[in-house]
Amino acid sequence: MSEPLLPPIGMLAELTHRCPLQCPYCSNPLELLKANRELDTQAWLDLFSQAADLGVLQVHLSGGEPTLRRDLERLIAGLSARGVYTNLITAGVGIAEGRIEAFAEAGLDHLQLSFQGARPATTDRIGNHKGGHEKKLETARRARAAGLPLTINAPIHRHNIEEVPEFIELALSLGAERLEIANVQYAGWALTNRDQLMPERAAVDRQAEIVAAARERLTGIMNIDFVTPDYFAIYPKPCMGGWARDAFMVAPDGTVLPCHAAQTIPSLSFERFGPRSLAEIWTDSPAFNAFRGTDWMLEPCRSCERREIDWGGCRCQAMAIAGDAAATDPACAKSPIHARMAMLIDEAQRAAAVPSNDEQFVYRRIGVVTEPA
Amino acid sequence: MMALHERALVSPRSVPSLPKHVRIQYDPVRQAFAVLSPEKVFWPNDISLDILRRCDGRSTVGHIIAELAADYDAEQEAVAADVVAFLQEWSDKLLVKL
Repeated sequence: MSEPLLPPIGMLAELTHRCPLQCPYCSNPLELLKANRELDTQAWLDLFSQAADLGVLQVHLSGGEPTLRRDLERLIAGLSARGVYTNLITAGVGIAEGRIEAFAEAGLDHLQLSFQGARPATTDRIGNHKGGHEKKLETARRARAAGLPLTINAPIHRHNIEEVPEFIELALSLGAERLEIANVQYAGWALTNRDQLMPERAAVDRQAEIVAAARERLTGIMNIDFVTPDYFAIYPKPCMGGWARDAFMVAPDGTVLPCHAAQTIPSLSFERFGPRSLAEIWTDSPAFNAFRGTDWMLEPCRSCERREIDWGGCRCQAMAIAGDAAATDPACAKSPIHARMAMLIDEAQRAAAVPSNDEQFVYRRIGVVTEPA
Repeated sequence: MMALHERALVSPRSVPSLPKHVRIQYDPVRQAFAVLSPEKVFWPNDISLDILRRCDGRSTVGHIIAELAADYDAEQEAVAADVVAFLQEWSDKLLVKL
């Protein structure tokens, strides 16, 4: 280990895989868990308590759709009692009357609301949910009325990349403090739908200019976080801030993972909270130690001056594209197979040029896919 | 552009406060004060912390500068430049409300 093991700061809790939307870019695994596999209230509360003891300062409550958990108020209250900063990541459809106010009362610090499009037709089509856009607008209004700080999250791909200026207007009109323009990352369902989702290079370049200009114009008015598209990058992202470095996630059944897609790495096995404590998993789990720090790195990462900036990039992207989880993330220009990213972009454009292929999404549903592609 | 508010500029009469999505908290695990915000955790140094703690929604920037100059036994002008620059930066990131 090249540096001492530090306590984790952040935790993403995927409370459930159930969701009213069926977005084809979903980062959840293809094999979605049914409700009967979810941890119960007490198990989540115990896990949160151990997380706080371990040093976790922020918990992102996500899913699936976390508001489908009827005990969400109790979970928020449990975290709040420990002083943990709580961020609710919601699709914002079908939240019953009075619940947003109850979340705020339980101590919720922040609400992040996704919009699949800036136009109602786009939101409804991508989420495969009629009337979704209107419900989301209502959720945003209710969140503001309850005094909750608001982030609008816009997952970007070829079917809404031209709506980026409208997303900015939408977030401003809703009084959001933050807007995330988050280009889809190709893991989970997004990898299955990659050809349908991949934007064109010209659109990616336009988007970068639009976001840069808006950030300048909106300084002190609204923060815009820009998650750039990996396949068009020169350097990889420091995925999760480095494998098992200061954050982790927990699946609905209590499986503790270094990142969303970690289960796509076949050489690793992951442990569940319950049989083992969170501290034991964080410290000792072979899967967490597999890519921690820099000792595991091969060339060109090993001697790279950026090795502690991007930590080798995304292990799951290396697995998906290079076929080796220990390889340099192919998003990096120094990767020997970096050119494959451009080929995959071109392939996607060719596939999308056939009208019958475009928008043939594999929508995210429990039970659709049982065997990863 | 339909914005609900405009960029705020720091003046001696500004009354800074922490917005609802930002809070300062002592972390017993790391034995340090953390500033918690939606996606980020900041670890302010002692001087930043001294400024942020005075962002109580009652004290003016002028008052904060005078207090800090006295506490640190420093020239008001030098303190003023640092405090104004700090608060403008944090306001621009929506981490401080003016």
